[in-house]
Amino acid sequence: MPIIINGAAVSLPDDPRVSLLDLLREYLHLAGTKMGCNQGACGACTVLVDGERIISCLALAVQYEGRAITTVEGLATGGDLHPLQRAFIEHDGFQCGYCTPGQICSAIGMAAELERGLPSHVTADLLLDEILASREELAERMSGNLCRCGAHNGIMDAIAATFIHTETSRSTGPDSAEAAA
Amino acid sequence: MNLLDQAKQAVQGMAQAVMTKAVALAPDSWVPGGQPDPLMHSKHGLIGAPVSRLDGPLKVTGKAAFAAEFPLPDMVYAALAYSTIAKGRIRSLDIARAEKAPGVVLVMTHHNAPRLQPPPLFLSEEKAAAGDNLPVMQDDRIHWNGQPIALILAGTQEQADHAASLIRATYIEEDAQISIAAARAEGTTQSQFMGQPLHNESGDAEAALAEAPFKVDATYTTPRHNHNPIELHAVTLFWQGGVLRVHDAQQLVTHSAFTLSRVFDIPEEKVIITSPYVGGGFGSKSLWQHHILAAAAARMAGRPVRLMLSREGVYRIVGGRSPTEQRVALGATADGKLTALIHSGLTVKTPHNAMPEPFILPTRSAYAADNILLDVRHVELDMLGNTFMRAPGEAVGTFALESAMDELAEKLGMDPIELRLRNEPEKDPTSGLPFSARHIAQAWRTGAERFGWHRRKPVPGTVREGEWLVGMGCATATYPYYRMPGGAARLTLTSDGHVTVDVAVHEMGMGTATVQSQVTAERLGLSIDMIRFNYGDSTLPGLIMAGGSQQTAATGASILAAYDALKKELVALAGNSSPLAGLKPDEVGSRDAGLCKLDEPDRYDSYAAILGRARREEVRVEASPPPPLETMHWSMHSHGAMFCEARVNIVTGEPRISRFLGSFDCGRILNPKTAASQFRGGIIMGLGLALMEETQFDERKGRIMNANLADYHVPVHLDVPEIDVIWTDIPDPHTPMGARGVGEIGITGTGAAVANAIYNATGKRIRDLPITLDKLL
Ligand code: FES
Ligand code: FES
Repeated sequence: MPIIINGAAVSLPDDPRVSLLDLLREYLHLAGTKMGCNQGACGACTVLVDGERIISCLALAVQYEGRAITTVEGLATGGDLHPLQRAFIEHDGFQCGYCTPGQICSAIGMAAELERGLPSHVTADLLLDEILASREELAERMSGNLCRCGAHNGIMDAIAATFIHTETSRSTGPDSAEAAA
Repeated sequence: MNLLDQAKQAVQGMAQAVMTKAVALAPDSWVPGGQPDPLMHSKHGLIGAPVSRLDGPLKVTGKAAFAAEFPLPDMVYAALAYSTIAKGRIRSLDIARAEKAPGVVLVMTHHNAPRLQPPPLFLSEEKAAAGDNLPVMQDDRIHWNGQPIALILAGTQEQADHAASLIRATYIEEDAQISIAAARAEGTTQSQFMGQPLHNESGDAEAALAEAPFKVDATYTTPRHNHNPIELHAVTLFWQGGVLRVHDAQQLVTHSAFTLSRVFDIPEEKVIITSPYVGGGFGSKSLWQHHILAAAAARMAGRPVRLMLSREGVYRIVGGRSPTEQRVALGATADGKLTALIHSGLTVKTPHNAMPEPFILPTRSAYAADNILLDVRHVELDMLGNTFMRAPGEAVGTFALESAMDELAEKLGMDPIELRLRNEPEKDPTSGLPFSARHIAQAWRTGAERFGWHRRKPVPGTVREGEWLVGMGCATATYPYYRMPGGAARLTLTSDGHVTVDVAVHEMGMGTATVQSQVTAERLGLSIDMIRFNYGDSTLPGLIMAGGSQQTAATGASILAAYDALKKELVALAGNSSPLAGLKPDEVGSRDAGLCKLDEPDRYDSYAAILGRARREEVRVEASPPPPLETMHWSMHSHGAMFCEARVNIVTGEPRISRFLGSFDCGRILNPKTAASQFRGGIIMGLGLALMEETQFDERKGRIMNANLADYHVPVHLDVPEIDVIWTDIPDPHTPMGARGVGEIGITGTGAAVANAIYNATGKRIRDLPITLDKLL
């Protein structure tokens, strides 16, 4: 059985050592998914498998036979960017852009986890039906995605603007900074 | 340091001294900044507009191609094997099993590597870029633990990695100097930075300290750091008809092309480096051994090569920041006037580079004091060459200086902001030069108000919320304005009114193309979509490194020079029937896709009309700005007032940062969106410096022990509060666009602001970074 990548059927690599990340980057030339450590420590290689986020450097491609993988290249529909992609541009959620595909895929998977009511380390009340998507809750859930440029605030703003429908507290930002200057 | 290097440094120092003297005699109008750049006052246009990054759509869709993302036909993958001793010789190198491993194309060692010249060391000459000047794989000598001893090429990365694991080496070990204490016992050396001794002295600081009624005298230590950009260092390269083409992750394209040409002993134009997207650099993406090894192997194999270092590989062959031990001693009168300012100490380098961490740089222009003694000394260790990392000198130097200022304020019973303002110098305390623009007091005032500084309790340990002690701290941030010589830019104006800018600069996340497109459009009276900005290519004009926070100024000055050349050309082309007829180039400026008389805007001719009448498809000019004499006339520095609120858990000792504000004085801010991100990014790396970052160096073996991102901790989302940034936006009349750099200042002052806040929260003064919870229990 093939692997489905962004909707297209792809055959498994012959070499069983090939990671899902290397399958994407080196065999399929889908280099949007990034490699920052190849050790499971940075999150740059995050992709979605049937909607759930995984780090693809620690996944062997052959394990994913028959599964549907979505990478950053598969998020836009037609010519339209995914709302989170647009929000990353608007809220300046990156500098160099190298961690960005991983942050975006991770956030999409994370939003689905929140929706399903999965608690995190900082969830205060496990008995509530709905988890309050506080900034702390989002930050905890995104902490596996490193950003060395320090675009953290913009990333959180983009995620909150896309997935959290109530106004999250935001005292500062480029615009307010400008106003204060 | 070998004799040759010493001679080179001495020559550089002399040249600089001569230039300083000549400039002191020259009148101010001789200096380019004498006539402020008119753009610095431009309002309501593109200068200061929060334009989103032009490369945003490419980056959020994964379409921006980084160095390791160019698939080439017939390409082979490289892997490296590294030495496990710090010093000695390779006794035997067993490569037989690696050579027979599946898919292996080449095993390169010192036995078969081509003969190469040693790379010219960064700063040893104008275009040099290498992190050290050691020969690369030319003999059996080992100089540091982690030096590459073999390179494998194979059909896939998996095959190359497997083959590398089969290499077996034995060594004849020699005594390595890897302990700072042992090296120090044998003597220390006066350090030099960019050809100048790291030493300043005025008055008798020790005597003044002894007599001072209030004093602080303490030692502060900072560990090694690594840059850790998330993109691994990588090259994809090939030889084509004697030309070496390199897809690189590079913050010095032109310097590195030159350096490679020297190593391979070929003309400079035979090396072409392109690097349009760089996944973070922070000082690390210069020229290191992997470039040279990959290029040599590609030539031997006759095939394109991809070498992407593993994360461990980056720690083994790309240097980081050196550790420091700093003494700061301050003497003051009862009203807080500094009488003695001593900042001295020790750092570490190798015998093969020229980078002592220059931690006294921020102190040179910080405070007025009659008696000043600043001094950096170093020892040399057998280790990987250390290098420039974000705000080299200032990042760790401000930790010591600004912690000491906090300690002095407490002894005086004075507000720490007040202490700093009382010691504001009128002119540069060490160079004697006037300041170009220094509005630090305003940054302090607006910052303090916005942060709510008046709510701070001066007595430490008095604010408690649940199991958390809460405190506030502040510190001064500072970073110099630089503009290095060598800038140049090319402008091509076409008859349809489009302009192409060509300049060999870099985009590592600063927003280079976006900001320079804004500036060019504003300068030429065009909309931003009429500008095409080409960069990241060593064949383009200009020798402009992305370093020293100088790229924006150097690029802006280059484009300004090219614009002046363009005006000259257009005025000449305009002819007698033009409304501009008879005007000199400096009497005209740009508006609405054309030129006009500056004080008579109705005398206007469009670019299209000028080119049309002259029957020209395009006009192309290239020019270089005058040398950076402004830095010899004025003391030019950016500043910031940094405010931190820290919480420390009374049960676990865990420190958390709950609020942070940076209030900056960095000249004109060209794009508030990208500048705010630069400020925040620097502050966040500063939070890492304060609380968690440390490269652990085994002083018995000389090996870095935590060579991965699981054990070297950097700030993650939950460590980063919402960071507030504001700025004065007062233009500096002596810089292009009135702007000074914004990329490095954020990491300065942050370490001290955090340490001072933790002291205010707990009463524990931590003088040894990082401030981990064990130090707070
Ligand atoms: S590359 Fe997979 S986690 Fe870093
Ligand atoms: S944007 Fe550079 S690492 Fe996140």
